[in-house]
Amino acid sequence: MNRLSPFNVVSLTFGFAFLYLPMLILVIYSFNKSKLVTVWAGFSTKWYGELLRNEAFLDAAWVTLKVAIISSSIATVLGTMAAYTLVRGGRFFGRTLFSGMIYAPLVMPEVITGLSLLLLFIGIGMDRGVMTIVLAHTTFSMCFVSVVVSSRLATFDKSLEEAALDLGASPLQAFRLVTLPIIAPAVVAGWLLAFTLSLDDLVIASFATGPSATTLPMKIWSSVRLGVSPEINALSSILIGLVSIGVICASLASKRHTLRIQREEREAERAV
Amino acid sequence: MVETVFAPWEDPNASPLISFKNVTKRFGTFVAIDDLTLDIYEQEFFALLGPSGCGKTTMMRMLAGFENPSEGSMSLSGQDIAGIPPNKRAVNMMFQSYALFPHLSVWENIAFGLRRDGVAKDALSARVDEMLKLTRLEKFARRKPHQISGGQRQRVALARSLAKAPKLLLLDEPLGALDKKLRQDTQFELMDIQEKTGTTFVIVTHDQEEAMTVASRVAVMDEGRIVQVATPQKIYEAPDSIYVADFIGDVNILTGPVKATGAETYTLDFGGAAPVVATSERPFSDGQTGHLAIRPEKIGIHAERPDAPNTVQGKVLDIAYLGNLSTYYVELPNAQIIKAQTANTQRISRRAFTWEDPVWVSWSATAGVLLDQ
Repeated sequence: MNRLSPFNVVSLTFGFAFLYLPMLILVIYSFNKSKLVTVWAGFSTKWYGELLRNEAFLDAAWVTLKVAIISSSIATVLGTMAAYTLVRGGRFFGRTLFSGMIYAPLVMPEVITGLSLLLLFIGIGMDRGVMTIVLAHTTFSMCFVSVVVSSRLATFDKSLEEAALDLGASPLQAFRLVTLPIIAPAVVAGWLLAFTLSLDDLVIASFATGPSATTLPMKIWSSVRLGVSPEINALSSILIGLVSIGVICASLASKRHTLRIQREEREAERAV
Repeated sequence: MVETVFAPWEDPNASPLISFKNVTKRFGTFVAIDDLTLDIYEQEFFALLGPSGCGKTTMMRMLAGFENPSEGSMSLSGQDIAGIPPNKRAVNMMFQSYALFPHLSVWENIAFGLRRDGVAKDALSARVDEMLKLTRLEKFARRKPHQISGGQRQRVALARSLAKAPKLLLLDEPLGALDKKLRQDTQFELMDIQEKTGTTFVIVTHDQEEAMTVASRVAVMDEGRIVQVATPQKIYEAPDSIYVADFIGDVNILTGPVKATGAETYTLDFGGAAPVVATSERPFSDGQTGHLAIRPEKIGIHAERPDAPNTVQGKVLDIAYLGNLSTYYVELPNAQIIKAQTANTQRISRRAFTWEDPVWVSWSATAGVLLDQ
C-alpha cells in the first residue's frame, strides 16, 4: 500500500467533508432529545418512535415505494426494448432521430417535463393520483434505463446472438436465453437507477399528482416549510442508512464476483 | 492396387452439396462477392483462403444465413436456401470468437442446439456426452467457459456446432486464437473429427499453411472473386496465376517474351545472358509476355556450372538460415534476385557458399509454371 502525501490527505479530507458533513450532522441531530433542531440536549431515539406513529409519513412512504417499484419496472421493460432496438436494429429510417430523442429527457428541465405531463393528464381528463405519478416517473426514468442498457449492449459480442440463431433459436429465444441473461446486470442496474430516481423525485411528482396521493419527498418538503422537525431528521437518517447498505452490498458483491472470475481464469490457463 | 482417391469434383455425375451460381453480394456500393460460381461436395474439407477483405467471411455468412445474396442463387442439397433464416438451416457455424454462452456450462452450451430442436431428454444427454467424448472434454462438462483454457474453449465451440449433426459445418478462422504449437495439433484433430463424423467442413482462413494442411480443396479468393479452386498440391505446384503463385508459399517470377521451340516447349527471354527453357500445357503465341513461376526449393545452387537445361550465373546477396532450410538470395547480372533453397540435411557441415560468392543457379525445364497473368 502506498502512503498518501500530505497534499493528498488534505484534499481527501476536504472533499469528503464537503460531501458527507451535512449528512453526518443530520444523522447526529436525529438522535437529539430536544425538540429544537439546532440545540443539542442529549441522546435519545424518541423521534424514531414518533416517526413510526406518524400515519401521514408512513402513508407517504408507502405511496412512494409503490410508485417507485411499479414505475421502475415498467421503465426497465420499455427502456431495455428501446435500447435493444436502437443498438441492434441496424440502420433503419430515423434511427439517429430516435436515439437523439430518447436522450432528450435526460437534459430536459424537470419543471418542463412535469408541466407538460400535467397538461397532458388534464387534456385527456385523467384523474391525478398514484397512477399519474407512476406514468410520469416511467416517462422520465425510462431514458436512464435505456442509456445504461445500451452501453452494455454496445460492448456485447453480437456473435453470441448469431450463435444462438445458428443453433436453431428463434430471434425471441435468442434474446431470452442468451442476450437477456448476459445483459442482466445492466438491466438490474437500470432498474435500481429508475427506482432511486423515482424515490427522490419531488418536482415531477408535484406536477403529476392530485390531492389523493402524496409521496415522501413531497411530504418532507411540505413539512419542512412549516419548520424542520426532528422527525424529519430521523426519517432522513433511515433513508441514508438504507441507501448506504444497498450501495455497500452491491459494490462488495460485484468486487467479489470480479475477483472470483479472475482467479478462475488464471487457474484455467495454468491447468492446460 | 488402385487406391480410390476422394475427388468428387472430378466426377461429372456427382451432385454438389452446396452450389453457388453467379452469386453477387453488395453492401451499399461495395461489392463483397462478385459473380461467384462454386460447387462444394459432400464430405469435403473445403478451405476459403484469402487476405482480409477478400470476401471469404461474407461467403461463409451467406452459407450460415446471416447475409443474403444480392443476385444469383445458392443451394444446399439441391434446395434453394436464399432467404431461409439461420435457425432453419441444417448448417452450423463455429465462430471465430467461439461465441460460447458465458452464463452456461460447457454441457449446457453443447446441449443448446439440441434443446431448441426439442430432442428427448435421454437422447439429448447421450448426444452431448458423445460430443464431449469426441472432443475429449468429459472432465470439463460442469465448467463455465471462463473456467477453461483457450484450447478447450475452441473444442467446446466445435462440439457445440457439431452436436446437431449438421449437413455442413462452417469454421470461421477456427484456430486463429491459438498459439502455433497448439494450432498444429488442433489441425490434425480437426481433420480426424471431420473424417469420423463425415460432415462437410468449410473453413475460412488467411493462414495458407493451415488451409494446405487440412483441406481437400482450397479456393484462393481475391476482391470478391475466386482466383483458383484446386487441391492443395495443384494450388502449390500448378497455380494458374501470379496472384495464386505469390499468395501461396514463396516464388521466383521471371517475366519476358515467350517463343515456342517445340511441342509444349517454350523459351522465355527474361533479360539474362540466355533465354530459359520451360514446358507448358498452356499455349502461348510467339512474342507473348509470359511469367515463369519457380519455387525456391526447385532451384539448385552450385559453385561450378552444372549440366542443366537452365543455368544462370549470379552472386550471393543474402543468406537466410531457417534451421531446416537455408534460402540464398542470388543477384543476377540484370539485378533480378533469385531465391534458391537447400535443405540442411547434415548437422555438422560448413556452409558451401557465403556472401558475395559467384554461384550458378539451375533448374529443370519442368520446374516452373509458365503463366500468362
